[in-house]
Amino acid sequence: MNLPLYEIWAYLQPTPLVGLTLTLAAYVLATSLYGRGREHPLLNPVLLAALLIASVVSLTPLDYATYFQGAQFVHFLLGPATIALAVPLVARGRELRRLAVPIAGGILAGGVVAAGSAVAIGWALGASDRSVCPLAPKSITAPIAMGVAERIGGLPSLAAVLVVATGILGAVAGPALLRRLGFTDVRVIGLALGTASHGIGTARAFQDGPLCGSFAGLAMAVNGAASALLIPLAFSLGALP
Amino acid sequence: MVQGVLTLLVLQLVGEVLARAFRLPVPGPVIGLLLLILALSWRGGAPDWLTEAAEGLLRHLSLLFVPAAAGVVLHLERLRDEAFSLGTALVLSTLLGLVAAAWTTRRLMARTGPEEAGR
Repeated sequence: MNLPLYEIWAYLQPTPLVGLTLTLAAYVLATSLYGRGREHPLLNPVLLAALLIASVVSLTPLDYATYFQGAQFVHFLLGPATIALAVPLVARGRELRRLAVPIAGGILAGGVVAAGSAVAIGWALGASDRSVCPLAPKSITAPIAMGVAERIGGLPSLAAVLVVATGILGAVAGPALLRRLGFTDVRVIGLALGTASHGIGTARAFQDGPLCGSFAGLAMAVNGAASALLIPLAFSLGALP
Repeated sequence: MVQGVLTLLVLQLVGEVLARAFRLPVPGPVIGLLLLILALSWRGGAPDWLTEAAEGLLRHLSLLFVPAAAGVVLHLERLRDEAFSLGTALVLSTLLGLVAAAWTTRRLMARTGPEEAGR
C-alpha cells in the first residue's frame, strides 16, 4: 500500500484540526493518567499534557507555529474564562467581604515575598539584569507579566517562560507543601495558590472544589492588577535592583 | 449557554477597548472580570444561563493553559545559560510566596473570628 502521506499532510497542515485534536487528546490522556495515578502531584494534567505535545512537536514534522494555529482556539478561551471567574466570586461575595482583611493581607504578603525573593535570589546568584527583571512579575498571569517585564527592561518572552514554570511548580508542589506545614483550610490553600501561581494554580485549586477555586481566582486577579501597578513603581523608585 | 458565552465575549471586547483607549497596564480580560464582578454584585448574583457558561469554562480551566505551556516547555533550553540561578530563584520564591500568603491569611483569619470553618 502506498499512502499519499505528503498530500494528506499538505492538506491537514493549514487546518486547525491537527492542533485542536492534539491539544484535546493530550489533555484527556493526561487527565486519565492523573486519575489513575491517584492524583499524584507530579502527574499534574497541565504539565503532562504540555510534555506530551512538546514531544510530538519535537519528534514529528509538526512545528509549534502550525500546532498553535489549531491550539489558539483553546488558548483564546483563557480570556472568557478569566472573566467567568466573577461568577463563583460573586456567589461567595458575603464571605469574601467578611474576610477582606485576611485576603488582602495574604495576597500582599505572598505577592511581595514571591516577587522580592525571586529578584533577590536571582541577583545574588549572579543572573543578568535582563533575566532578573522578568523574575519580578513571574507570579502574575502571563499577559500582565509580559507587559510588566517589558516596562521594567526584561525580556517578555522570558517572562512568559518563567510565569508558566512558576504556575506549574506551585500547582505541583503547593498543595502538598501547605498541607505538610499544617494548612488545612481550603480557603487559605486556594488563596496561596492564586497569589503565588496565578491561573495554573487557580486551575489546580478548582480541582479541590469551587470554594478553594474562588479564593484562588480572587487572589490571582487582585495580585495581577496590583502587581501591574506596583512592580514598575518599585523598580522606578529603585526599591529593587 | 450561548447567551452566557456572548456576555463573556462582549465584556472581553469592552475590556480590551478600555485597556487600549486609556493605556491601562491591566489586560482586557482582567478589566472584563472587574466589570462583571461589579455588575453581578449590583444585581445580587448571576443568572442561571451565565452560571452555566462560566462553570463549563472553569471546569476545564487546566485545559486552557495547555497550548501556552507546551510552547514554554519547548523554549526551556533558552534558559540553559542561567538555568541554575533562575531555577533556584524560581523554586525558592514560589514556595516562599505560597507559605507567606497562607501564613498571613491564617493569622489574620484567626483575628477576624470564625463564622463558618472552611473544612
